[in-house]
Amino acid sequence: MRLSPLTSLTLVALALLLAAPWVVYPAFLMKALCFALFAAAFNLLLGYAGLLSFGHAAFFGGAAYVTAHAAKVWGWPPELAILGGTLAAAALGLAMGALAIRRQGIYFAMTTLALAQMLFFLFLQAPFTGGEDGIQGVPQGRLLGLIDLGQPTDAYYAVLAIAALGHLALYRIVHSPFGQVLKAVRDNEARARSLGYEVDRYKLTAFVLSATLAGLAGGTKALVFQIATLTDVQWQMSGEVVLMTLLGGIGTVAGPAVGAFLSVGLESALATSGLPVPAVIGAVFIACVLVFRRGLVGEIGARLKIRL
Amino acid sequence: MTDPAMTDAPTVVPITDVVLETRGLTKSFRGFTAVRDLDFTVRRGTIHALIGPNGAGKTTVFNLLTKFLAPTSGHILHDGVDITAASPAAIARRGIGRSFQISATFPHLTALENVRVALQRRTPGRFHFWRPESTLAALNDRALALLAEVGLEARAQEPAGTLPYGAKKALEIATTLALDPDVLLLDEPLAGMGREDVARTAALIRRTAQKENGRRTVVMVEHNLGVVADLSDRITVLQRGEILAEGSYADIAADRAVREAYMGTGHA
Ligand SMILES: Nc1ncnc2c1ncn2[C@@H]1O[C@H](COP(=O)(O)OP(=O)(O)OP(=O)(O)O)[C@@H](O)[C@H]1O
Ligand SMILES: [Mg+2]
Repeated sequence: MRLSPLTSLTLVALALLLAAPWVVYPAFLMKALCFALFAAAFNLLLGYAGLLSFGHAAFFGGAAYVTAHAAKVWGWPPELAILGGTLAAAALGLAMGALAIRRQGIYFAMTTLALAQMLFFLFLQAPFTGGEDGIQGVPQGRLLGLIDLGQPTDAYYAVLAIAALGHLALYRIVHSPFGQVLKAVRDNEARARSLGYEVDRYKLTAFVLSATLAGLAGGTKALVFQIATLTDVQWQMSGEVVLMTLLGGIGTVAGPAVGAFLSVGLESALATSGLPVPAVIGAVFIACVLVFRRGLVGEIGARLKIRL
Repeated sequence: MTDPAMTDAPTVVPITDVVLETRGLTKSFRGFTAVRDLDFTVRRGTIHALIGPNGAGKTTVFNLLTKFLAPTSGHILHDGVDITAASPAAIARRGIGRSFQISATFPHLTALENVRVALQRRTPGRFHFWRPESTLAALNDRALALLAEVGLEARAQEPAGTLPYGAKKALEIATTLALDPDVLLLDEPLAGMGREDVARTAALIRRTAQKENGRRTVVMVEHNLGVVADLSDRITVLQRGEILAEGSYADIAADRAVREAYMGTGHA
């Protein structure tokens, strides 16, 4: 059997990721993987529904808070705490999506930003979120009663499994009958309406699915790093995920993950350099977008004429 | 013309041979009235051409009929049911399919996928996000047959965005036909097509109208008057948002007002 380029590349990437903790710090890898899943979830909206959300931190950070609270205060086991955070993000996605979906273009982005800011202020003020400190010292526990998340390597493989499953789910959604309709709506909304599709329902479904998987990423991150803070819900986080996705390539399955690894890698490489990190990352981003208009992965895919 | 008794009929009338009707339909854009008090009637099973000079309001009428524009006043009836308040998608699901003057395709989907997404509308699978795309393969044969009808079977796997303009128009017709509509609204279906494609598409439109025991209706905006003469059972001439004349091609061709309206507009 001959493997498609995408399958072979996926297998290579998986092999590299399985071997990675011998070479790279697991903490770095886990952070990158959580952001990879977050960016991939965001890309479901931007790349396949044509919707630019500027409020995705709400789902990532919202799930982080719920997971942290469930694990620390309620004493839930890790898998249930993550599930709780993920479902909370789904519910939040339904509420925010229902309010934002009717707006078009920049108004949609502004609405999502405004709603996410409301959540930010709620978390800043609410008694259970710990204000500026956030929720710290979240107990890690044993995932499914087996995997000790306190062990960096074990935790890394658990995160890798979650990120891989998340990507698999996204791949399935994009390449499903629903995904076909979604792409049609993205390509030409008026035409989709004229074929009898109530386009808002498809956009809302995509919005909820995207929020759910962003929540899975946020909940996982809160647990393995034992912390949920305002950083996770603030607007800069929404901006970062847009940058990662653009860097890697909109509307490619692998692009957001590549963008996430690049930007997390760059950040940690620059952290000790004394350079102004945001400015350098901004400059790298601008250079990349100018040179690779479709993002790194999008550009490579276009050159090699394969869908990545 | 309409049966005079119809004009004062109650809003819901029994299904007659009138499939589509507008009553006092008006559309104003900030004071400019593009369609004025239009009483337009289409009989079931006919090919009805809507012609008129540029800017007469033909596309606006189509947009009103399919609710892509909300009327300023007036009513629209399909099969005797008032559909003035329905959404574009609901109108499509009632069986009113349309094409667009500027070709409307899904550029990143292949030609096959364009047609298939229309076929998919009737399947419960349209919301299945957990299933593989291969579950749609059952629709491929029908999609290919529709592409063959418009001469595009060889280009089935090409992204619609890369097709030449005439092919896009043809693809749009195939996609609209995939809805198996009861009423087909075609806005300049032949624009941008070469001579050969014009002949094929005209023949397709005629064939299409004859399906369903001749109960299917086609309303067509078209500047190619040769084809209009050839295909149409009835013609309505629109000018400045109002009906200038209506009748068979012979009636229209003999009409003095129509000749004057068309003088110097570049159409003959
Ligand atoms: N959305 C709109 N806003 C403002 N004016 C509009 C709008 N749509 C159409 N019009 C105006 O209404 C008039 C009728 O336009 P319409 O497109 O219906 O003409 P048409 O008969 O289809 O012409 P053509 O043969 O050029 O396609 C034109 O004067 C046009 O400028
Ligand atoms: Mg027009």
